[in-house]
Amino acid sequence: MARITASLYTSHVPAIGAALDQGKTQEPYWQKVFSGYEFGQRWMREHKPDVIFLVFNDHATSFSLEMIPTFAIGTAAEYSIADEGWGPRPVPKVYGHAELAAHIAQSVIQDDFDLTLVNKMDVDHGLTVPLSLLFGQVDAWPCRVIPFAVNGGQYPVPSGRRCFMLGQSIRKAIESFDEPLNVQIWGTGGMSHQLQGPRAGLINKEWDNRFLDRLIADPAGLAEVSHIEYVREAGSEGIELVMWLIARGAMADVAGGPPPKVMHRFYHVPASNTAVGHLILEN
Amino acid sequence: MALHKPYQDVPGTTIFDAEQSRKGYWLNQFCMSLMKADNRARFKADERAYLDEWPMTEEQKQAVLARDLNRCIAAGGNIYFLAKLGATHGKSFQQMAGSMTGMSEEEYRDMMVRGGRSVEGNRVMGEDGDAQLHHQPQGHGKGTL
Repeated sequence: MARITASLYTSHVPAIGAALDQGKTQEPYWQKVFSGYEFGQRWMREHKPDVIFLVFNDHATSFSLEMIPTFAIGTAAEYSIADEGWGPRPVPKVYGHAELAAHIAQSVIQDDFDLTLVNKMDVDHGLTVPLSLLFGQVDAWPCRVIPFAVNGGQYPVPSGRRCFMLGQSIRKAIESFDEPLNVQIWGTGGMSHQLQGPRAGLINKEWDNRFLDRLIADPAGLAEVSHIEYVREAGSEGIELVMWLIARGAMADVAGGPPPKVMHRFYHVPASNTAVGHLILEN
Repeated sequence: MALHKPYQDVPGTTIFDAEQSRKGYWLNQFCMSLMKADNRARFKADERAYLDEWPMTEEQKQAVLARDLNRCIAAGGNIYFLAKLGATHGKSFQQMAGSMTGMSEEEYRDMMVRGGRSVEGNRVMGEDGDAQLHHQPQGHGKGTL
């Protein structure tokens, strides 16, 4: 049977991708960001999964205002890298795991979560920056990726509670898949940031760190945090953090297992407009 | 019965909800078209002519021509869509975000390096933080891209 071995959390700031692609990783400003991922890169080499279930938000890339799915699972065999306005990032194409994705879709929909199934989707920085941060510059990604796009751009995004419950349903789905796959689930986006209006540039270190504490030790309590608290405390785009609760909900302890092991925790301000957070939890 | 929108009292912030989305539909779809290199080239060659191909309001077109992102957002724009416009003009997310504060590029970058904008005084309208209406503009920028 397939197993969820770990969950990983990271911001997905587009400027991080640009810094990598333009060879700026050694500049002091960016060195401080990338140093936080050195452990993760080593850990990934030793714990390489077969499949990553990667939760991200599409930033008006594959989904325009023509349609705005709240939860969309990629069931395609492959995904091209999007041109977000400055040309596609020079990173490898993403290969999906169509069989597992179809299995998850069926299981989760029958468990009362109404997913949208997507067979054609270009993936943007929300998905590729986390892969770059953990795998570096490679000719091919070392594993399959199931993209899971959450509406993060048009309010209201799904609640933290709904995301946490969905994670539990995804866990059941993955662990009922017959092949013996090593699956990781990643939650991306955040942490505190605001990209618009005179309040742009908002950062809330105290709130972010409390979020990390609670994500580790009290995820069910954290899932009760309201939309308005995210907006007020973590900025209008900080609300992306609800996506971390999907990954957290898929961990064993939520289903009655032992608490996860904290393998790594990192927090840094700033990367461009954003507070960068990164966490690895092992089952 | 009107929907409860508790986010309307957050200073310096416009939440892109279904109402804004409806208002900004064509503005955002125009931005979306800039994901194609050919369209970017046509737009840059003659911005007004390209905008006139879209059923946008005159205010939306003027906001785009003025490269004024606060004005674009007031007209229903969403930052993730407007990012395509910014990218077309060669601007980063940091330059885009900074332009909306009234700070210069350098002033905004320095604020971020110092740890970003504090939430203190900026949670609710009527407090005294730097994002409040009575403290605008915040620096020496031109307020546009």
